[in-house]
Amino acid sequence: MKKLRLKLRVVQNFLVGKFIFVNGIISIIILGLILTFLVYNSIRFFSSYPFFDFLFGTRWSPTVNEKFGFVPLLVGSLEVAFGGILIAIPLGVGVAIYIGELAPRFIREIFKPIIEVLATIPSVVIGFIGLKTIVPLVKNVFNLSIGLTALAGSITLAFMSLPTIISISEDAINAVPTRFRHASMALGATKWETTIRTVFPAASSGIMAAVMLGLGRVVGETMTVLMITGNSPRIVFSWLQPVRTITATIAAEMGETVQGGLHYSALFAIGLILFIMTFLINLIADRYVQRIRSI
Amino acid sequence: MKYRYLKQNLWYSILLFLSIIVISFVFGIIIYLFVKGGPALSWEFISQKPSAGMREGGILPAILGTLYLIIGTVIIALPIGVFSAIYLNEYARKNRLTRIIRLSIINMSGVPSVVFGLFGLGFFVMFLKFGKSILSGSLTLGFLILPIIITASEEALKSVPDTYRNASFALGANKWQTVVRIVLPQALPGIITGSVIGIGRAAGETAPIIFTVVAFSQPNLPNSIFSQVMALPYHLYVLATQLPNAPEDMQWGTALVLLIMVLFFTVIGAAIRARARMRRKE
Repeated sequence: MKKLRLKLRVVQNFLVGKFIFVNGIISIIILGLILTFLVYNSIRFFSSYPFFDFLFGTRWSPTVNEKFGFVPLLVGSLEVAFGGILIAIPLGVGVAIYIGELAPRFIREIFKPIIEVLATIPSVVIGFIGLKTIVPLVKNVFNLSIGLTALAGSITLAFMSLPTIISISEDAINAVPTRFRHASMALGATKWETTIRTVFPAASSGIMAAVMLGLGRVVGETMTVLMITGNSPRIVFSWLQPVRTITATIAAEMGETVQGGLHYSALFAIGLILFIMTFLINLIADRYVQRIRSI
Repeated sequence: MKYRYLKQNLWYSILLFLSIIVISFVFGIIIYLFVKGGPALSWEFISQKPSAGMREGGILPAILGTLYLIIGTVIIALPIGVFSAIYLNEYARKNRLTRIIRLSIINMSGVPSVVFGLFGLGFFVMFLKFGKSILSGSLTLGFLILPIIITASEEALKSVPDTYRNASFALGANKWQTVVRIVLPQALPGIITGSVIGIGRAAGETAPIIFTVVAFSQPNLPNSIFSQVMALPYHLYVLATQLPNAPEDMQWGTALVLLIMVLFFTVIGAAIRARARMRRKE
């Protein structure tokens, strides 16, 4: 009897191990499922629409004449994202250096949770606030007829990517060994010279990781850009005009499509491209993260 | 020499100034929302159904819809996330597979939320034929917050000292018994914190639920997990951009209710974490 129970326990332990293993690899399974279903649903589009017309097409007008040119959406996404990241880098890295290196302890303890709160505010709320404040501001400052522009989107997205950039840059700065600082100061450098010439270069790969992750966040952000960039799928190279991003296109148009139709499938196709883009950005970021650990 | 210190002070001031801009922006958002949305809040606003084409009345169905989604999301994400963390911390060896799993988790947290929405539409709504429903929406949101729950749970498990495990093994317990009776109870506060933060994230997400669950207007309350519901974030989007002449105060009120809901979860999460830290110090 006792032997049987012991055996049962061994079997239980074995089965539980298998069960836990399946849960352990769930993230691989889900990523695989996401990729599978993006591909599966975009097959119809790729098989019936000429690939080069899609990739290099300059017009996106799915309902009027079934043109699915990707270029306007790509330009829109890149414009908004790079604008956002250009604003966010000086702010984010500056704040990270201040909090991580210069600020007295009590200020750090106050500032860090406040920045964490910024990360938890839903994107639709930030988009709403942007719509009510930044959009009219852009309109008035630049004397435009409409404030829903790439610039308004970039400013709002910059603030949304700040928590990511700040927290990861700060981790990188904290990971720089204290002996680096001591060595620099012993050579007669001031605290600021130490920060900028010793700590900053040593933390630079971590800061690159932070910027890449911020970029990934900005490229994938949907609701804010949907609400405030004006949603006009034309190719423009000005920050003061309305644009349309990849994400906003998917969110705005999926509701009007016929399920299983060409337009429906096209939206999955641009979703697939978006997935690949963010995947690559994250892989690059991970490379830089690995380098922080090896300091 | 003096010049170098002058330069230092100048840069310190600039960085302090940048930090203050960012901090005041955060405060600005929250205070502005309370000021503009506060007057719209009333018992009627949160306890009544919308009327007059959603331009009057309250937002009760949207609040309840979000609550249902949160509950569904936790039921799905919590067990999977915790088991996954147990695998990574207690069972996994340091090999190639583990490295790939970790990379997948990082990449999963970087997948744009709208892509999760597409996936939910393609897989749950269409392929598994759950339709636009609470079930589809909860599954989609559950998958979305998995990385948060896995990472937080793993941190919590890691903080349990190995001496506990060795003591349990020495008493003849096997691995599973040790995990369930010794390690998990110790790690519980950390796991709850992670889940609460995940819930806050799920409550505010809009893009993943547009295709999988929400209805533009659905004043009736759901009667099964296959019903569509309204949800706060989508309702705010609709009021702000899709519905012409939606009253300003209803827009601000909805935004404020959503913010309060999310901040509520953030504060609870932080409180549990702080309490657990204090106890450990004792």
